[in-house]
Amino acid sequence: MSAEPVVGTDRVKRGMAEMLKGGVIMDVVTPDQAKIAEDAGAVAVMALERVPADIRAQGGVSRMSDPDMIEGIQKVVSIPVMAKARIGHFVEAQVIQSLKVDFIDESEVLTPADYANHIDKWAFTVPFVCGATNLGEALRRINEGAAMIRSKGEAGTGDVSNAVTHMRTIRAEINRLSSMAEDELYVAAKELQAPYALVAEVAKRGSLPVVLFTAGGIATPADAAMMMQLGADGVFVGSGIFKSGSGVASNEDALRRAKAIVRATRHFNEPEVIAEVSRGLGEAMVGINVADIPVHHRLEDRGW
Amino acid sequence: MKLAPIIGVLAIQGGVREHLASLEVAGATAVAVNSLDDLESVQGLVIPGGESTVMSKLAIHDGLLEPMRAARAGGMPMYGSCAGMIMLADRVSDARPDQEFISGLDISVRRNAFGRQVDSFEMDLEVQGIGGTPFPAVFIRAPWVEQVGDAVQVLSTINSGPRAGTIVAVQQGPLLATSFHPELTGDVRIHATFVELVRQYA
Repeated sequence: MSAEPVVGTDRVKRGMAEMLKGGVIMDVVTPDQAKIAEDAGAVAVMALERVPADIRAQGGVSRMSDPDMIEGIQKVVSIPVMAKARIGHFVEAQVIQSLKVDFIDESEVLTPADYANHIDKWAFTVPFVCGATNLGEALRRINEGAAMIRSKGEAGTGDVSNAVTHMRTIRAEINRLSSMAEDELYVAAKELQAPYALVAEVAKRGSLPVVLFTAGGIATPADAAMMMQLGADGVFVGSGIFKSGSGVASNEDALRRAKAIVRATRHFNEPEVIAEVSRGLGEAMVGINVADIPVHHRLEDRGW
Repeated sequence: MKLAPIIGVLAIQGGVREHLASLEVAGATAVAVNSLDDLESVQGLVIPGGESTVMSKLAIHDGLLEPMRAARAGGMPMYGSCAGMIMLADRVSDARPDQEFISGLDISVRRNAFGRQVDSFEMDLEVQGIGGTPFPAVFIRAPWVEQVGDAVQVLSTINSGPRAGTIVAVQQGPLLATSFHPELTGDVRIHATFVELVRQYA
């Protein structure tokens, strides 16, 4: 600590993530959608040009959003605004930080820019969230400076199965560490390919040292509530709100769906509330079964 | 040994877990407040940090806002950190037009006054009444106090840097509020102050 103000500290970055707990972060592609998300009770919005479902449908290289687009969204909402940079693309991250975005998602939803290295996130004032499919990956991202972890899932599919697998994996691996003798943690660190100090810290506290959200394939209030019951601290919803069975959801439908997911996340242990908010939501996004996606098109394998 | 007062933490969203842990260390029995029954079981209430827009909206939806206002009017001690300070303030700038508050604390606050997350900071601050060394204050997209009523005691102002002179901690009878987040630091002196307040007023 210091008698003078210090920005970008660990506590300030991780603390920002703590304040989002219990909340829903929504993907938005226009200022109108951002307003709907804020009206519905989102704790933050993720500004991007195409939702994952469209990225998947349209293919091609997917990059950081246009700064004009991000600023357009910052202007209309008072809640935090996040934006995505490609894995390893530290210049996209520098650009996004210069726009005073509140959180950067180093995201496998975009096309990776570096197949060996992630961004050195300690070099930034803005906090980062990164995806992880297992504990080792989560700890490697935290070691690089991530202030928040989200399970990966298969974004843009509406299929929650991968998010479930990854959340269960991370939780199970944490439980396993907690039950180990201290002298077994050295080998555990080797197996997890993660620094010993972080492994020992997780074993001691029984949780990650940062907030753990869930993302990828969450399309309904019940999906969100299930992920919360599985131990997520909060939920990212991508295509599930502004996409419907027939394509783009009407604003009315999107608002109803967004509110329903916010309430289901808050009352994740109350099936009566989840039943109530699930009524009359209309057709959910069409969805793709993860099993039908060719392995080389799966997002979960991006990042290492 | 003194009896531990029962203190609730409004559990809609945000830094709930950390406040519960800090209150326990500071000598209270801490409970998460999710329902009317929970609210009726506590002698004091902490409104945590988080998104004030979300807290306000869901408190209304869950039928908790009016009961919290009534509890406050009935003299229940309350402590708000960050978004919680906004929820307790009588006057709020830069709020959403449809945002509603518990109110009762005669202060004017400005939401997100220190700027966006890249401007969030931490620094050591002198805080009246907590004793000992300066307090490690963590500010996250924090509000500040622009004006205080006569009954309000200023407990802390920023003493250096570009924001020197800004009021960031206040007390008015059983109501306590800070712009910053003591629950993130492991230093429980502010929570201990609140536990004493609850003992005194409850």
